Amino acid sequence: MKSNNNKGFGLGIAKGLALVAKHMFRRRFTVQYPEKKLPLPKRFRGNEFVWYEDRCTGCATCAKACPQGTIKIKTLPAKDNKYFVETLEIDTGHCIFCGLCIEACPYNAIFLGMSYERANYRRRGLVLDKPTLVGAETRPSAYFHPELEGSFPEVPHIEETW
Amino acid sequence: MEVWKYICNLFPNLGTLITDGLERVIPHWAAYLVMAIIDITVILLIVLLVVMAFTYVERRGLGWFQVRYGPNRVGPQGLFQPVADALKLLIKEDIIPTASDKLMHFLAPVVTFLPVLLIFAVVPFQKGAILADLNVGILYVVAIGTVSGIGVFMAGWGSNNKYALLAAMREISQMLSYEVPVALSIIGVIMVSQSLSMVQIVEAQKVPFILLQPLGFIVFVLGLAAQINRSPMDQVEAESELVAGFHTEFSGMKFALFYLAEYGSALTGSAIIVTLFLSGWKGPLLPPYIWFIIKVFGVFFVFVWMRATLPRVRIDQVMYFGWKFLLPLSLLNIFITGIEVLIWPEFPWFLLFINVVIAGILLLLWSMIFRLRGGVPVEVQQ
Repeated sequence: MKSNNNKGFGLGIAKGLALVAKHMFRRRFTVQYPEKKLPLPKRFRGNEFVWYEDRCTGCATCAKACPQGTIKIKTLPAKDNKYFVETLEIDTGHCIFCGLCIEACPYNAIFLGMSYERANYRRRGLVLDKPTLVGAETRPSAYFHPELEGSFPEVPHIEETW
Repeated sequence: MEVWKYICNLFPNLGTLITDGLERVIPHWAAYLVMAIIDITVILLIVLLVVMAFTYVERRGLGWFQVRYGPNRVGPQGLFQPVADALKLLIKEDIIPTASDKLMHFLAPVVTFLPVLLIFAVVPFQKGAILADLNVGILYVVAIGTVSGIGVFMAGWGSNNKYALLAAMREISQMLSYEVPVALSIIGVIMVSQSLSMVQIVEAQKVPFILLQPLGFIVFVLGLAAQINRSPMDQVEAESELVAGFHTEFSGMKFALFYLAEYGSALTGSAIIVTLFLSGWKGPLLPPYIWFIIKVFGVFFVFVWMRATLPRVRIDQVMYFGWKFLLPLSLLNIFITGIEVLIWPEFPWFLLFINVVIAGILLLLWSMIFRLRGGVPVEVQQ
């Protein structure tokens, strides 16, 4: 096997060293979390759920579509022949965030959120029940609903500047 | 002005101050003993502090070369990262394999680390600030530098792990085979400076020897990089190949000692390079020991730069490089330097240019002659 006839004789190494030395003065790619955060895509599959109570009819299609059985819905009959959702519990510790419930809902009442910082010291802190879902600050993600991308509010992020 | 002169001559002045103060209280021999103990403690502290600074420089430097930040959270700009590393290693559990040789497993880190401290006895920080001004300083360095190989082999054998043993054997073969060109390139320096003592070598450098001995410098730097297992010849500690090489089975403080020994050898290597080739403590404005520290960090920065750039060399390529490239070059260096010292003993200025030109020609020629076969068998003529 012929040995490679490089014209380098040390010049290649010297050019490599010069290139790496130039790297010292480049802008660095690292984003210094938590002071600065990267912008998220609009259809980001976050760690939480956004529920619109006025659109939900209590049909529990989401609960039937969930492969894990994470969603628990209990309804009571209300006036005007509607359902009143008494309990709605989603255990985000058990959920696999597949998004099938969002794809299943016929009334666009449930969305995935944009959060990824919801770590907790206790497992029961990960359960989203109805009061939490109703009172939460809604930052819905446009997953599976690209037509609604423009109507959702911007998630604040702080981009790294040089 | 007087204060500045005092600061520039700081270490010898402090030494005489303490010795005079002690001699009033205790007899002469006891003052000598206490002074020796104080000197040894100071050297130990300097070595530990500078090695910690080296780990910081390495991690930040590698980060910068790789277009990222290094560790910058622990203190201001991450300055306390080595402290955090040391604390983490101290509180780790010390795991000893059941079938290992307990005595060797225990002693190996110590035997690997001690030569680093021993070499520091002849490193001159300043004109009067050297622990032991031996007549044969550089010979002492070459002799002690190989002792850490025993520690490495004890680590590999005592781990009862065949991969650690393989790594230890590779390491020893690499260390010993690069000892030869390194020692031979030192001879070139000795011929020019007419003395083996470290202080005399620095004193004789009106012009830094890197200009008078460019070939010797290159051979010495590359040989030293291979001897202390720095990239690109660091396959011994390659995490992807042999887990951690010979120190796989060591955890906690023992691993910390190996880590210290590695960066300590880098420190002593850089200190020797500064003494031999870069004119030690000499410099225009600042106190001499500040210049020494600056130069040592500069040399180490070049080592980090090499690590960030070059890919790892295979072990048989390492051996080829040592024996077939560096050794003949160092022999030629001795030959040429001998001729020069014989004919022009006072070293006129044009020798600088002649030396650089000869070094360039030789390197080019030798690279053309030297072909890396690299483990591929030569084709047999049918």
